[in-house]
Amino acid sequence: MSYIPHTDAEVRQMLGEIGVDSIEALFEAVPESHRFPRLDLPPPMSEMEVAAEMLALSEANDHAQDYAIFRGAGAYHHFIPAVVNHILLRGEFYTAYTPYQPEISQGTLQAAFEYQSMMCALTGMDAANASHYDGATSLAEAVTAALEVTRHKRKKIILSHAIHPQYREVVRTYHQGRSIRIVGDRGRGEIIDLMEMLDENTAMLAVQYPNFFGQIDDFATLANAVHEVGALLVFVVNPMALSLFQSPGKLGADIVVGEGQPMGIPLGYGGPYLGFFAIKQEHVRKIAGRIIGETVDADGQTAFVMTLRPREQDIRRERATSNICTNQGLMALSASVYMALMGKNGLRQVGRLNYHKAHYAAKRIHQLNGFSVDMSKTFFNEFVVACPLPVAKINEMLLEQGILGGYDLGQRYFHLQNRMLLCVTETNSKEEIDQLVEILGGLS
Amino acid sequence: MLEPIIYDLGAPGRIGVNLPECDVPETELPAELLRDDLALPEVSEVQAVRHFVKLSQLNYSIDKGFYPLGSCTMKYNPKVNEDAARLPGFAQLHPLTEAAGAQGALYLMYELQKRLGEISGFDAVSLTPAAGAQGEFAGILMIRKYHLDNQDGRRDIILVPNSAHGTNPATVTMAGMRVHELPANEDGNVDLSALKAACEGELRGRVAGMMMTVPSTLGLFEATILDVIETVHDAGGLMYMDGANMNAMMAVVKPGELGFDVMHYNLHKTFSTPHGGGGPGSGAVGAGEKLKAYLPGPIVDQVEDEDETSAALYGFVMPPKSIGRLKAFHGNFGMHLRAYAYIRVYGDSGLGDVTRYAVLNANYLRAKLMNSYKVPYPRYCGHEFVLEGHFEDVEDIHALDISKRLMDYGFHPPTNYFPLIVPEAMLIEPTETEVKEELDAFVEAMEKIADEARSQPDLLRSAPHTAPVRRLDEVRAVKELILCCAQARRGS
Repeated sequence: MSYIPHTDAEVRQMLGEIGVDSIEALFEAVPESHRFPRLDLPPPMSEMEVAAEMLALSEANDHAQDYAIFRGAGAYHHFIPAVVNHILLRGEFYTAYTPYQPEISQGTLQAAFEYQSMMCALTGMDAANASHYDGATSLAEAVTAALEVTRHKRKKIILSHAIHPQYREVVRTYHQGRSIRIVGDRGRGEIIDLMEMLDENTAMLAVQYPNFFGQIDDFATLANAVHEVGALLVFVVNPMALSLFQSPGKLGADIVVGEGQPMGIPLGYGGPYLGFFAIKQEHVRKIAGRIIGETVDADGQTAFVMTLRPREQDIRRERATSNICTNQGLMALSASVYMALMGKNGLRQVGRLNYHKAHYAAKRIHQLNGFSVDMSKTFFNEFVVACPLPVAKINEMLLEQGILGGYDLGQRYFHLQNRMLLCVTETNSKEEIDQLVEILGGLS
Repeated sequence: MLEPIIYDLGAPGRIGVNLPECDVPETELPAELLRDDLALPEVSEVQAVRHFVKLSQLNYSIDKGFYPLGSCTMKYNPKVNEDAARLPGFAQLHPLTEAAGAQGALYLMYELQKRLGEISGFDAVSLTPAAGAQGEFAGILMIRKYHLDNQDGRRDIILVPNSAHGTNPATVTMAGMRVHELPANEDGNVDLSALKAACEGELRGRVAGMMMTVPSTLGLFEATILDVIETVHDAGGLMYMDGANMNAMMAVVKPGELGFDVMHYNLHKTFSTPHGGGGPGSGAVGAGEKLKAYLPGPIVDQVEDEDETSAALYGFVMPPKSIGRLKAFHGNFGMHLRAYAYIRVYGDSGLGDVTRYAVLNANYLRAKLMNSYKVPYPRYCGHEFVLEGHFEDVEDIHALDISKRLMDYGFHPPTNYFPLIVPEAMLIEPTETEVKEELDAFVEAMEKIADEARSQPDLLRSAPHTAPVRRLDEVRAVKELILCCAQARRGS
């Protein structure tokens, strides 16, 4: 077996050192009645056979090399510079463990510190952790942080219905054991309606930016209203939109969370992705997850280390606010490499490409008979299309022509039947967009 | 600083990517909504590559050497799995693709669920949890909901042995339940009389379940495990198994057959998916008859049976009484496919070998190191064992000093100060993928260090000497709390 290196002679020698006759003798403490069960699995395979099977399974999927993708809804097909994957494939990064031994983990630690720094720059906040599992669990952890900051005296959490439906589900799963009330997302409330729900019992209010429908809401008076009642304002953001649009920090956010997948992480059928979490430094001791800080070594050399460790489960045990230990370290590295390569100028350029292409597509679709696009608010790279036919039906026809169409909003929003959430990114060429428009035009 | 911060490289106007021109007519941007600040680095592609390569070279890793980090199962990460994960059919598959367009991925997940179930003796498996800690959280929420559904909501206590990983008690709190800690007896097993006293005494009727790591975090199989399980079941509680140590159990014993009701797997430990410098992991959860309806979702099932004209259709379903969704989409699929490939390589006969040789390697190291270190618990170990990192005849030498000195010999140190119940604990887990020469070299280094502790103790206290940096000032890190470099804050 390729990954088990023992020769028979070595096994005999090792058993001799231990003082037993067989490997089986080492398992004497396992109840005999249950010892050594048979595993009903297929037989072993060679590397060639495994590689062939994996290729066959992968090709049984409709992927972005064969289909033009116009679907987002929380997972986005963006260009990833080749450098990202090459850095990720360095064994020094991907086969390392959590940097509990900082002297021999400075690569992981400095890269994570740089990730935190770039996330602060992007979100306009002054502290960030080293990652959560994904955007949804970051939001669930933001709820915990808000409850902590308000000392568990406040029991109300207000969520906008325009936050990703799955994120709101995850918040409910995480907090089912707590006596808190999660409100605001059952109706179709606008920001102004959410503000009316604020009271002295509110721990936090969360909005999405751009919202799940791709739109940018008016937040002009939101932060003041939230802070007036002593609650925290949480923004769920698409980091790609922050290339162009005002930072949530500037809009008065106390916590910014979101999905880092758009920055250098492939679609990958939903994971591994990257939950980012940024916060005002005054609350940093209330947050979960690893945090990297700068310090010096015994010679005075600048170096990095995991810090504020007493918050974490291995030290605080049942008094910890979260059990998280393994996070999404390698995905944070992807985002770091991506942001470093793009830099200020590249990211803006990508942002503009998304904006222009999405608007080009939206305007053309809006002109089609039977279709209309909601342009009542500014949008970034996603927009809602009202269709003359059920979305599933349209998507079926698009798929036949090599296009993965938009997300069917009617699945989760009862009032949005026959509404498609379309996503256009820098990866969609004019030719692809024109083809999409042409097929849609043929339907009406 | 060994390598400048990325912000200290580059120059204004520089860019590290080559992007296309805009090929559509432009639309005016809404000026009032735009930002004028974006404090990101400005480096060239070559500068970025060199920067991250230099950073990588400051790391220790499995690909570089032996990593005997107890409870972490730092085995070799097969390269063929990395290639598979990058196939476009997996890497460029949108998570909201209709089931018919993702049959390859869904079949893989379905088969992985089934095979993990077979390995552990469980009826059903959910792959959604993103890491072991999230799998634990799922398990405890399932137990909680089970009792609630049975109108038994006053059961709010989860029993946790004092040797448990810190995630166990933290998980219980997160789920809104209470921890009752159980002591270990002198053999390192759960103290049965303390367990019985808890179940029948003041906690009678309040025990929701118990979390147990098997083999224990001391690396020991509990000889009394069947009694423990029976006691908790008799008291109306359910049994959760922390599967972090599954590398000691494959084809040795199936937790479901022992009577466990639910457990999590660490695909990034037992099933070789890489640790990535701290993640991503994957913490699938398996459950038996009582709890399978409560699994987190979605899980994959055959939604249309096979017939003469078409193959079976796989799709996502929500278990009927599910605790809900734990993350967006359906888990860390990239880890699922690596674990699937790993199980495929080893097959029915090979997975047992993984465990057998992992346990052989651990017992070999244990036998050799007993000569120079105090090894508590005179029993064969599972896939890992604990020794005490101090010496009766040398003052003020700690596990930490031995660990730091190991770096000078080119090894990653074992896990320090865990489990908490052994003084100066060093938890050593070699895994099955290490060759005997490597184990012997490690023993030799440990013996040299034991000698040095007596002849030149300061050499240990001031170690490491050859690592990229020396010991760090962790107090200063907390006091100054620099979490973001100054340039990134500018203009934000």
